[in-house]
Amino acid sequence: MRVELTVNGERLEADVWAGESLLYVLRERLGLPGSKNACEQGECGSCSVLLDGRLVCACLVLAAQADGHELVTVEGLAEDGELHPVQAAFAETGAVQCGFCTPGFVVATADLLARSPNPSEDEIREALSGNLCRCTGYAKIFDAVRLAAGS
Amino acid sequence: MQVLTPRSLAEALRLKAEHPGSVPIQGGTDVMVELNFDRARPETLLNLNEVRELRGWSRDNGSIRLGAGLTYTEGMEAPLAEALPALAEASRTVGGPQIRNRGTVGGNLGTASPAGDALPPLLIGDAVVELASVRGERSVPLPEFLTGPKRNALAADELIVAILVRPAAGPQTFMKVGPRNAMVISVVSLALTVDRDHDEVRAAFGSAGPVAGLVQAPLAELNGFPERVAAAASPIDDVRGSAVYRRKSLRVLTVRAVERCLQ
Amino acid sequence: MSATARTLELGRVGESVKRIDAIPKVTGEFAYSSDLFAAGMLWGHTLRSSHAHALVSEVDISEAVGMPGVHAVLTHSDVPGAKTYGLEFPDQPVLAIDRVRYFGEPVAIVAAEHPEQARRAAERIRVAYEPLEPVVDPEQATEREPIHEGRPTAGHGFRDDERPNVVRTIVIRHGDPDAEADVTVSGVYELGIQDQAFLGPESGLAIPDAEGGVDVYVATQWLHIDRDQVAPCLGLEPKQVRIHLAGVGGAFGGREDLSMQIHAAMLALHTDRPVKMVYNREESFVGHIHRHPAKIWMEHRANRDGKLVNVRARILLDGGAYASSSAAVTANASAFACGPYAVENALVECTCVYTNNPPCGAMRGFGAVQSCFAHEAQMDKLAAELGIDPVELRLRNALAPGDTLPTGQRITGSFPAAEVIRRAAALPVPEPEELPRDALRLPGGSGNTTRGEGVRRGVGFAVGFKNVCYSEGFDDSTAARVRLTASDEELAAEVHCAAAEVGQGVVNVILQTARTELDLDDVVLGAATTSSVGSAGSASASRMTWMAAGAVRLAARAANEELARRGGNLAPGETIDVERIYHHRPTTPLDPETGQVTGDGAHVAYICAAMRVVAEVDVELGLTRVVWIGTAQDVGKAVNPQAVYGQIEGGIAQGLGLALMEEIQTRDGLITNASFTDYLVPTTLDMPPVDAELVEEPEPDAPYGVKGVGEPPTVVSTAAVVSALRDATGRELTRVPVSPDEIVGL
Ligand SMILES: Cc1cc2nc3c(=O)[nH]c(=O)nc-3n(C[C@H](O)[C@H](O)[C@H](O)COP(=O)(O)OP(=O)(O)OC[C@H]3O[C@@H](n4cnc5c(N)ncnc54)[C@H](O)[C@@H]3O)c2cc1C
Ligand code: FES
Ligand code: FES
Repeated sequence: MRVELTVNGERLEADVWAGESLLYVLRERLGLPGSKNACEQGECGSCSVLLDGRLVCACLVLAAQADGHELVTVEGLAEDGELHPVQAAFAETGAVQCGFCTPGFVVATADLLARSPNPSEDEIREALSGNLCRCTGYAKIFDAVRLAAGS
Repeated sequence: MQVLTPRSLAEALRLKAEHPGSVPIQGGTDVMVELNFDRARPETLLNLNEVRELRGWSRDNGSIRLGAGLTYTEGMEAPLAEALPALAEASRTVGGPQIRNRGTVGGNLGTASPAGDALPPLLIGDAVVELASVRGERSVPLPEFLTGPKRNALAADELIVAILVRPAAGPQTFMKVGPRNAMVISVVSLALTVDRDHDEVRAAFGSAGPVAGLVQAPLAELNGFPERVAAAASPIDDVRGSAVYRRKSLRVLTVRAVERCLQ
Repeated sequence: MSATARTLELGRVGESVKRIDAIPKVTGEFAYSSDLFAAGMLWGHTLRSSHAHALVSEVDISEAVGMPGVHAVLTHSDVPGAKTYGLEFPDQPVLAIDRVRYFGEPVAIVAAEHPEQARRAAERIRVAYEPLEPVVDPEQATEREPIHEGRPTAGHGFRDDERPNVVRTIVIRHGDPDAEADVTVSGVYELGIQDQAFLGPESGLAIPDAEGGVDVYVATQWLHIDRDQVAPCLGLEPKQVRIHLAGVGGAFGGREDLSMQIHAAMLALHTDRPVKMVYNREESFVGHIHRHPAKIWMEHRANRDGKLVNVRARILLDGGAYASSSAAVTANASAFACGPYAVENALVECTCVYTNNPPCGAMRGFGAVQSCFAHEAQMDKLAAELGIDPVELRLRNALAPGDTLPTGQRITGSFPAAEVIRRAAALPVPEPEELPRDALRLPGGSGNTTRGEGVRRGVGFAVGFKNVCYSEGFDDSTAARVRLTASDEELAAEVHCAAAEVGQGVVNVILQTARTELDLDDVVLGAATTSSVGSAGSASASRMTWMAAGAVRLAARAANEELARRGGNLAPGETIDVERIYHHRPTTPLDPETGQVTGDGAHVAYICAAMRVVAEVDVELGLTRVVWIGTAQDVGKAVNPQAVYGQIEGGIAQGLGLALMEEIQTRDGLITNASFTDYLVPTTLDMPPVDAELVEEPEPDAPYGVKGVGEPPTVVSTAAVVSALRDATGRELTRVPVSPDEIVGL
């Protein structure tokens, strides 16, 4: 079947098998592998994208459900070659090790700061509790969120 | 496999009648896991995301009517959170933000897991499930709707349209025990309300029996209530916890919940 | 990582430098092994055993072959070369031959145009299993029928242990193992199976060349040892198999062994098409080895003044179905069983057995984690028995340079154990926070289970140590190549080193070293591949910083010398290209009978850390919240301090996970929680803030005095967290992960 979506402002189409997730379609059919495939069961947040402005796991959206809808992926955060402040902050504070969780954290943080520009410690932890990182122990990720919030 | 995407409830019901084997998909937070891990290959998926009638909530004759497509994130927002505080607290314990943005109350009923976190708060609100099909509508009290672990009373041509629930008539709370401090499926959970209108305490537990269970008592009998709740449960040992632990914890939770609600 | 990674951040050794791969990683452009794509690519899929132990009488692929989109269905009979492989012993079949020995063992592989077609075809493969009684209790394994024929690990200078299913036994006798003392404490400790749970699933892409060879792009920890295992199974010369490092989504030991490398290459060569394989999370749990579960019996004898007199330990490790690196893990578990303490007498016996449980091998901490959990519980017990402060007791016994370990090895390098203990103990512990507070800051967290009811606070302490680099005579080396060129009179350098960047930041170490030695900013790093430079050895054993810095320094200095010979300058187009191989000082085997060192010593150097933990425990529900962790760690010299702190924080999180929640559960050898829904790793609401102090006492033998930093935090944090829980609950808590049942006393 055919799906049509707007991804990072661009209208894209793909022929998909009905059982494919949005994540698979982004990664394997639309050439956007930035959203990561760590668990495909909603537990790690590494596939986080904004679907009509809401933070969701792309692995849990059926591709056909995104038909006609708007998406922002990690690839769409930087503008005119300028890193999004959240991306710059993650690079700056050492919040990136293997980086497999990073696209998901960056998208989730951008979403948090858009809703709450100066989040408390608890708010940061709760907002990012759907994203797992196995490398950093989160400390430098929290630093990055605070840095991005201040900028 | 195919996906059908109806644009109205009427169309959805017609498609469900034409494809009784089809699997509805709303937030997809249960269905997609099944698909991604090759545990289910339904011939037809019925995508309910474009059916407006299933969304949101309203007040209805003294009750609250929750659309089947109400998300947990919506359940945490005022003023709904003030009318149904236990559901709001339960919603906050579900998954992480990404799951709460997609997962729905209707989907929780559809899955009918004994661990479904929306179920205990709905049970203490005497919830009634509104089902519809091309044959018509029917209302089923939630305890009757939940027929077993991951089983419910839906007929093959029916959809869940809404859930009618009583707004809180006194303090309520929800608690969920899990070995991690976020993102856990409950090992055991409890919703409890002290209902001043009916002069009674109602508690419902999750993950401590084949279905979420409701226990009620007059306020005058509060003393032995934690033991009654623990006794009503029929927990099992599984990868998430032991039966003895579940039963013991249920008693502790009930003591604490009663105290919280009486404060 | 491609050859184009050239963000110049210009830092030298000792400066905090932004990772060179940080920008592509935050933008989503960094290509991980699961992101790869090639025109005409097929998808590989693995059919795995549903039994923990069974004979395989037939694998019938006839139905699968004709399924839509299917290009190949291969079984053991299609393996072109050697039928078995292994990191240390070739005991593992590429595809099951006549028997499966663990749940999830690969039986057949499929290549198809779409992953769904590959899955459907695999479903049609008929495997005739004759189930056998699985050996699942390690305590009985040595009395059961052997799982492998012909004792695959016997010999190799190991102690002779004739019992069936023994991978390796080590006995260390030190001083008088019967020495008595004033007091004795003993305990039995257990650890469950921990998973590395790296986020990037096993994956890769194999592309056939036109001449019968193959290029494999994969996430691994050691490119050359992959090649040396893959090539013989494909029946190819090593140079026909080129392994290239694709982006690695974490490793932690779990990528030391092969996963899909041979399978993808077989499918690619068979179909003459590129083949991509990506494991899903469930498959990943059976796709790599895990941390050894252990049972440890320990007895500590000490005098009234707290001085340790004798430590007696028996350690049983469950190696699962294949040897992997179990023999080396056995050596580590026994070598560090007494902890970083001077003790004149000891008897340590450690046995690792084969079972039909999930295979185990390398994971961060490598044997030392298991021992540390036990010896630190014992030290707390001893402190209580003697009425001595637990920190003081540890100080009184702390090993120091010049001291001798139970293996007879003298510590010749730096070893500031007393210093890390003092520094960690001096870190200010946060005051208890007032109630009421948000449920998120209470045990049970978002579960909203308490407003303070049942909550008690505890403070714990632990110390641990392990070795850096490979041991016991293993010839451990790293190669690096430096290429100097000139353009417009300016010198520029390109460095090649096959060190696997797994997230630890070795790419920066390489560049920082090169810039320091060449005194040049314009340095770029070439892609890590077997085709341009010699072996780097493994990104494991906390060795990669030391070894990569050593190799790059050597090559850079050689390039400098050559440059000086040529008058200090190069003409445009002129190049200097030197490759050098760095070896750390040699080690020698342990005596198989006594466990004592022969020759120079079994280990190269030691690293230690001490940790203090504050935890709150809901003693009625058995739920926990770690409030704060303070640590001091022996790092030798921090090459990139920001990255060192990152290793410490991340390493702590993994140890905390083992303490509180992480365990692969099995029933009759079958994994029952192969998902991130039921195998739980710490979230943002489980990790406390960490105060870390670096203790920099340079290691005399190492380049710049560096030591490894990745493992000590993981070694110590499990023990330290449980110590805090014991303090809060007054319970023994002898098994990790600590279950709520044990906390509430069920
Ligand atoms: C990472 C993760 C964490 C989770 N955490 C929790 C948790 O903490 N607590 C918890 O309770 N659950 C949890 N879940 C499970 C899941 O999110 C919930 O059960 C959720 O309520 C399902 O809603 P949904 O809209 O996503 O359902 P879907 O997946 O769309 O559907 C679920 C079931 O309901 C049926 N269905 C959906 N809508 C209708 C309808 N209108 N009529 C008839 N049938 C219908 C579907 O056919 C399916 O059988 C978690 C899931 C994930 C992936
Ligand atoms: S891959 Fe989607 S949540 Fe893990
Ligand atoms: S940086 Fe590796 S998982 Fe987060």
